[in-house]
Amino acid sequence: MTTTRNRRRSLAATGAIATVVALVLAGCGARAGDGQPAAASAGPSCVDTSGSTVKLGFLNSLTGGMAISEKTVSNVLHMAADEINAGGGILGKKIEYVQEDGATDWPTFAEKAGKLLTQDCVAAIFGGWTSSSRKAVKPVVEKHNGLFFYPVQYEGLEASPNIYYTGATTNQQIIPAMDFLASKGVKRLFLAGSDYVFPRTANAIIKLYAAKLGIEIVGEEYVPLDKDDWTSQVAKIVAAKPDFIFNTINGSSNVGFIKAYYDAGLKAATTPIISVSIAEEEAPAMGHEVTGHYASWNYFQSLKTPTNPKFIQSWKAYPNSSGVTSDPMEAAYISLYLYKALVEAAGSFDVDKVNAAARSKPITFDAPEGTVTLNGENHHISKPGHIGQINAQNQFDIVWSSGKFIEPDPFLKGYDWFPAATRDQLVKSAG
Amino acid sequence: MTKLKPRLSLLGIGVFAVLLLGVAPVVLTDHWLGNLGKYCCWAIAAVGIGLAWGRGGMLVMGQGVFFALGAYSMAMHLTLESAGDGVPGFMVLYDPLAPLPAFWEPFRSPAFTLAAVVLLPVIAAGILGFALFKRRVKGAYFAILTQALTVALATLISSTIRETGGDTGLSDFKYFFGFVLNDPANRTLVYLIAAGLLVVCLLVVWQLYRSRFGELLVATRDAEERVRFLGYDPANIKLVAFVISALMASIAGAMFVPIVGIITPAEIGAAASILMIAGVALGGRASLFGPALGAMAVGWGQSSLGSAWPDGWTYILGLLFVVVILFFPKGLSSVLGRFTAARRSPGERPPAAVSAEATAAPELEGVKA
Repeated sequence: MTTTRNRRRSLAATGAIATVVALVLAGCGARAGDGQPAAASAGPSCVDTSGSTVKLGFLNSLTGGMAISEKTVSNVLHMAADEINAGGGILGKKIEYVQEDGATDWPTFAEKAGKLLTQDCVAAIFGGWTSSSRKAVKPVVEKHNGLFFYPVQYEGLEASPNIYYTGATTNQQIIPAMDFLASKGVKRLFLAGSDYVFPRTANAIIKLYAAKLGIEIVGEEYVPLDKDDWTSQVAKIVAAKPDFIFNTINGSSNVGFIKAYYDAGLKAATTPIISVSIAEEEAPAMGHEVTGHYASWNYFQSLKTPTNPKFIQSWKAYPNSSGVTSDPMEAAYISLYLYKALVEAAGSFDVDKVNAAARSKPITFDAPEGTVTLNGENHHISKPGHIGQINAQNQFDIVWSSGKFIEPDPFLKGYDWFPAATRDQLVKSAG
Repeated sequence: MTKLKPRLSLLGIGVFAVLLLGVAPVVLTDHWLGNLGKYCCWAIAAVGIGLAWGRGGMLVMGQGVFFALGAYSMAMHLTLESAGDGVPGFMVLYDPLAPLPAFWEPFRSPAFTLAAVVLLPVIAAGILGFALFKRRVKGAYFAILTQALTVALATLISSTIRETGGDTGLSDFKYFFGFVLNDPANRTLVYLIAAGLLVVCLLVVWQLYRSRFGELLVATRDAEERVRFLGYDPANIKLVAFVISALMASIAGAMFVPIVGIITPAEIGAAASILMIAGVALGGRASLFGPALGAMAVGWGQSSLGSAWPDGWTYILGLLFVVVILFFPKGLSSVLGRFTAARRSPGERPPAAVSAEATAAPELEGVKA
């Protein structure tokens, strides 16, 4: 008897909830096809720059598996902020940064980006490393009409009015590497990568371009990011007898790959490796001599440019610094200065005015890699392509350069070997 | 006591519902409401874990599997909804002309998606549970098996990048069943659905716990052989609890996707599955509110303490976990329970149901170690 009464009551409670939900459903909210709601619905910005400071957000993984790489980016952002503040700030306002931890967890990246934009009311966010982290932040900055500066080379094929990319897109890193291989007369190439979006995309592009260059792809192997055992894949490399190995492996999996490579008796003199994620910081950490192998980047510590010596010197003197400079940290350094240049060109911290300034005049910065120019349409920057060969000091001797700066082309519109149908689909789904 | 307590609990659920559905949307900012929605998702999964582990004694370390079934069903639908007639962008690159994988096609339909969120975990948990419980697999073996399954599924998703998005996962959803997700009003709506579902799940377990089934489930946990001798089949009892907990994990996953905006294998793997259990253990696995509140507390800690001390937060959580397991094996809710019990009847023994749990504790400790 009590049971029946209680059951009735629980039914009543359920009914009450259903009513509440139904009321809300009937209430407000834009539906698909209600004109153009996607960007228009962003509320008024809460960014306050009326005082003597401007708030910026730094979003890097300080804990978890990516911390080893992202802490460096976080540090160099702090260094750039200190430098800019010492020089008078942005539009005369000192940078006051809020550091958040992405914790190598993609929902956390999304959550913290939202916090930075709506709770801390930062004018822009800097950071991210993995493509997953960028893809988690992208809808958040679009939703709140914020700005996100992403400092790592990536797979391209993306466009967002709310993101600026200061690392290389594929035509500034992958394609120069292929041009270098062609100049070396390479005929047989093996592709080894981690199993995620960047290597997969890079290799899809490499295969298309290789066909045009007359380079034969003699094998293609992937291993998950968190796995280190490359023994059976390297056995396939030995059997395929390539002239060169194109390495798109990321993170600590490289250590396992290099170990398996030397265990199998392969040598830099006969089967060299060209990498796109081994830089000055990683080379000494391979657990093996990697002298003689190559890497494709836009910045090397060994680059002779007017601004590089000062950058290296400042970094070496900076607290908690690793002592060596590398491409991703240089791109992070660029991102903050590029933002300063953008805001000063716009005369405002307002996102729409900043974007308008990017389109209306060429924004440049004398970066350690040379003077880079922002492309206001696709939000990427021009970059020089360099190939470095690792020497005994784990520094890179530059053996090949693209000469002029390469214009960013994230959708590879200027390359006729890239199928137009694919590009159209990708542009459509990116927009 | 047995007459009073369910009513008190129902009142508690009512207060909880008012706070979540009435007060929270009014007082919280858009950002914190979104966070609360995320915690509600974890709490829904936690309520299921409380049922299976706290009351049923099955240490389910692989709820990530069922969370994934719901989450990916929803994410595939939302991806297709955003992609319109076309194939999702990430698939195009590897082969621009290849059609949509066959298993994606039905997820264009909203009805199919909702049915999948409910039926997939029920079928999967039904088959898995039937095979395991009929063979009397339990304790550590059961825990390890479920954990292995979630690792296997996460690896499978990671390695099928063209079909599932791989490690990068699925993200950038624009619509939720026709509603524009960027609209704040619609985000509140999505939150209210998640919070409402949490209240419904609490009502479901509240009803189960005081029903004959609930008593049988506790009896099975504490003395499975005796239940068998009394003429019940413990396998069936455990199967029902396991299937319900799987369903709740799936619902949690389905709501997690529109609220958080991204799903990747990292959210369903071993670490994520264990974190779900950590919240349940903190709150009190056998109590009604303990699992939900524990999961929400862990989520809140991650958001606010993780911001304040990024390096320290994981240590705090670990330390809290150790202290709770050592000194309050029945979770933080037991501290409150002990306090009220002592006030109500000083000098008396705690209620019988609690002491039955205490006898079961050594076996469960063994499972944990």
